[in-house]
Amino acid sequence: MTSGRLSHGGAWIDRSKPVGFAFDGTELEGFEGDTLASALLANGVVGGFRSPILGRPRGIYSSGVEEPNAYVEITQPWFDPIVAATTVSLIDGLVARSRAGVGRLPSDPGSVTTPGVAHRFVHVEVLVIGGGDSGRAAARAASVDGGRVLLVDEHPVLDDPPTVDDIAVLSGATALGVYDDGYAVVLERSRGASGTWTVTVMDERHEFPLPHFEDVVWHIRAGRVVLATGAIERPIAFAGNDLPGVMLAGAAQTYVERYGVRPGERAAVFATNNLGLGVADVLLEAGVDMVRTFDARSSELVIEALGGERLERILVRTTDGGEEEFDVDLLAVSGGWNPNLGLWRSIGGGVRYDDERATFVPDGGPPWLSVEGSAAGDLPASTPLWSVEHGDDAAKFVDLQRDQTVADIAEALGGGLRSVEHVKRATYIGTAVDQGRTSGVLAAEIVSHLLGEAAGAQGPSNARPPYAPASYLALAGPTRGDLLDPIRTTPMQPWHVGRGAAFENVGQWKRPWFFPREAEPTERAVERECLAVRNAVGAMDASTLGKIEVVGADAPAFLDRMYTNRMSNLPVGSIRYGLMLGLDGMVLDDGVAMRLAEDRYLVTTTTGGAATVLDRFEEWLQTEWPDLRVYCTSVTEQWAVVAINGPRARDVVAEAGTDVDVSREAFPFMTFRDGHVAGVPARLARVSFSGELAYELHVPAWHGLEVWEAVMAVGEPFGIEPYGTEAMHVLRAEKGYVIVGQDTDGSVTPHDLGMDWIVNLSKGDFVGRRSLRRADVVRPDRKQLVGLAPADGRTLLPEGAQLVLEDTGRIPMPLAGHVTSSYRSPALGRTFALAMLAGGHGMHGGNVYAPLSEATVPCTVTSSVAYDPEGERRDG
Amino acid sequence: MLLVPCPWCGPREEIEFRYGGQAGIAYPSDPDALSDEAWADFLFMRDNPKGAFAERWYHVAGCRRWFEADRDTATHAFLPADHRDGPRR
Repeated sequence: MTSGRLSHGGAWIDRSKPVGFAFDGTELEGFEGDTLASALLANGVVGGFRSPILGRPRGIYSSGVEEPNAYVEITQPWFDPIVAATTVSLIDGLVARSRAGVGRLPSDPGSVTTPGVAHRFVHVEVLVIGGGDSGRAAARAASVDGGRVLLVDEHPVLDDPPTVDDIAVLSGATALGVYDDGYAVVLERSRGASGTWTVTVMDERHEFPLPHFEDVVWHIRAGRVVLATGAIERPIAFAGNDLPGVMLAGAAQTYVERYGVRPGERAAVFATNNLGLGVADVLLEAGVDMVRTFDARSSELVIEALGGERLERILVRTTDGGEEEFDVDLLAVSGGWNPNLGLWRSIGGGVRYDDERATFVPDGGPPWLSVEGSAAGDLPASTPLWSVEHGDDAAKFVDLQRDQTVADIAEALGGGLRSVEHVKRATYIGTAVDQGRTSGVLAAEIVSHLLGEAAGAQGPSNARPPYAPASYLALAGPTRGDLLDPIRTTPMQPWHVGRGAAFENVGQWKRPWFFPREAEPTERAVERECLAVRNAVGAMDASTLGKIEVVGADAPAFLDRMYTNRMSNLPVGSIRYGLMLGLDGMVLDDGVAMRLAEDRYLVTTTTGGAATVLDRFEEWLQTEWPDLRVYCTSVTEQWAVVAINGPRARDVVAEAGTDVDVSREAFPFMTFRDGHVAGVPARLARVSFSGELAYELHVPAWHGLEVWEAVMAVGEPFGIEPYGTEAMHVLRAEKGYVIVGQDTDGSVTPHDLGMDWIVNLSKGDFVGRRSLRRADVVRPDRKQLVGLAPADGRTLLPEGAQLVLEDTGRIPMPLAGHVTSSYRSPALGRTFALAMLAGGHGMHGGNVYAPLSEATVPCTVTSSVAYDPEGERRDG
Repeated sequence: MLLVPCPWCGPREEIEFRYGGQAGIAYPSDPDALSDEAWADFLFMRDNPKGAFAERWYHVAGCRRWFEADRDTATHAFLPADHRDGPRR
């Protein structure tokens, strides 16, 4: 036994509450308030860890988040793949084992328990990070000024915690990052709490139980942030300085005073400063056999630590230049103190070198951020001693977690590197889980020293959030699974689910993809749905179409500027297809406009483009044309839409019961009528995305399900089938109707699509118009929309497949285009595709080749309209 | 995460906003009169200063109003509303 529990003392532990835990398979006991590291030391475990790269024996080195050695995997009560033992609060039933630097995820994630996580949001006037003397003083001072004060500290227990009501305290909570304008994210590792959510409505308090959670991620917005993050002790690079039993002096003191633990039996202290030297008194008082104290300001230096699996002896250069060995099992080292400026520097705080303290202190930062106490440089003077001239440089460890030594730094410099930032990337010093808290300044100073530069010539490498490791689980919090993103469903969703629909995600919407019957394969289901529409009738839930009401005296003029064609001369009661461009002339979205009244339009957008189009309308109205009297309102979710397509569509609508004359003569294509269907108010529209006779029934959303059910019931004798987005895609592609975002990619003009007919260049300016005659846009060899017919009629080209003009088989080959849509067409009895092909409009009848990995597929270039090119079917 | 000063709603979290790029780039009154070069300059070219920069912001998940604000691109800090003279749009 070398380390062990003292019979008395330990400000942070409760000796009346023993806690059982297991480490590397051994059952052990500690006290409430212990960290896993202090409990291990109390049980005589100093070492037993291994360095990740060299496999060297390592021991507990520190008492906090700066720990480079003592990493463990926790399996009970929650799984954590890798965490510093010095930051784990001991809880009953904890099971941990040592891990050499690299954590491992379980092969079956379902086999482990992970902590529940809640996220909370708070606003305070002052946030103080760090609950030491300076932090508590800053919090008290801030509370005098009034306002909400929050004090955050990473330790579960605070010395002398504030008792005033207007200081809230979060203990056991690590600030992961401080960001712009006083925003901070804090991870509170709680000890298995359940919570309640209290809401006060009309002076009445309501409490709701929250799901059980262990960790809380706090999102804090503070008017002012005070960093009282203390200082981190610096090691000294001497040979063997990584042996278990070599420990930071301040950590040795912490174990004695806060945890009642003696970190060794026979100790020496090696320090460059009075604070470090003072640890000797603490150890002596704790009953440790104090061998010697070595003050680096004298010429008496520890030049090497010796031992096998752990520290056994130290080699000392005496004042007369001789060498002497001492038997010790603990060497408390203090190479000075570095202000703990990880958070400060990550938000842009500057630093300057302080000669007296031989370290970097804060200098200049954002106005809402301040630093107090030892983090601000309130530290003892220290003599600069970075590495000791003796022995093997490859045994003088600078970054223990990356196994990097003075020799590694010298090698990087020998390779010509001159900057600390480059050395960091060559050696990985400072990039491990501990973020170089003990190695950063040391490495910077060794670099300066080896380059013959003045001390402080180069700052330590920069720090970035998160300050301490945090799991993705914690950061994600409850935003997982169904809560990752809003899920939008239409009023008809229960019917789709009941019918066993397969769904696809379209933006946030769940849309029926196809409706398989029993064990029907996808291909068969889609074929059946397509044939129903072509030969009888099909119904599709089109409620997800974006719908925007554009209202106001200037609505006609406004839409003329937004669409490529004229909307102002659209008669009331009529519908017109419209294409919208970006300023660069590229196709942005499409849809139809229905003129509801002289000053009122309903425009539809693609399912995924609704928000983009509405935002765009707002942008132009607010920023360029504030004089236009136009108001835009999203009504996407107010209307449910049943699209009935197929030769029997008219029969189905009539059978459903309507007061609208749906005859061919009275209700022509691209018009709409207001009336009733199936007993509810409805807008009927003659628009078709399949090329077949089609009626869209727009009904108030709350009638959506009943109208859908009515249509399916009355449609049964006509052979109606529900169809999903896949059949819809096949049907529209057969007709050459593009899908913006599938056949277009933001680099496609109306001309490229063969849609010059929709561009009205004589009506005046519209968004994108000027770009249509840019030199690049009028190039004849731009990629243009064509149809493709694979020669064998069977090959289904993969969407995205590249096209070449010659089947040379030689790589590289010039690429001429790519496939954008590809399907099996039940109506055509063959496969077909849409593609963007360079100069494609002039290549109809020619051949191209799709070089696939298995074979090169010859294809005939065709018109993009493969089915019913005369448009004879749309009126039934 | 920035605290963005919406002139209608007050300071709000950055995630409620959409960035709108450089302010003061007006849509040309007669695009047809512009050469390809002048049109491309309007379409693609923006300043990228270190320091004060007039920007457009859109409070998309709030009041849905566009507004302009001046910000220091080096410190990220929004500058006071009276930072510059002259009319604001």
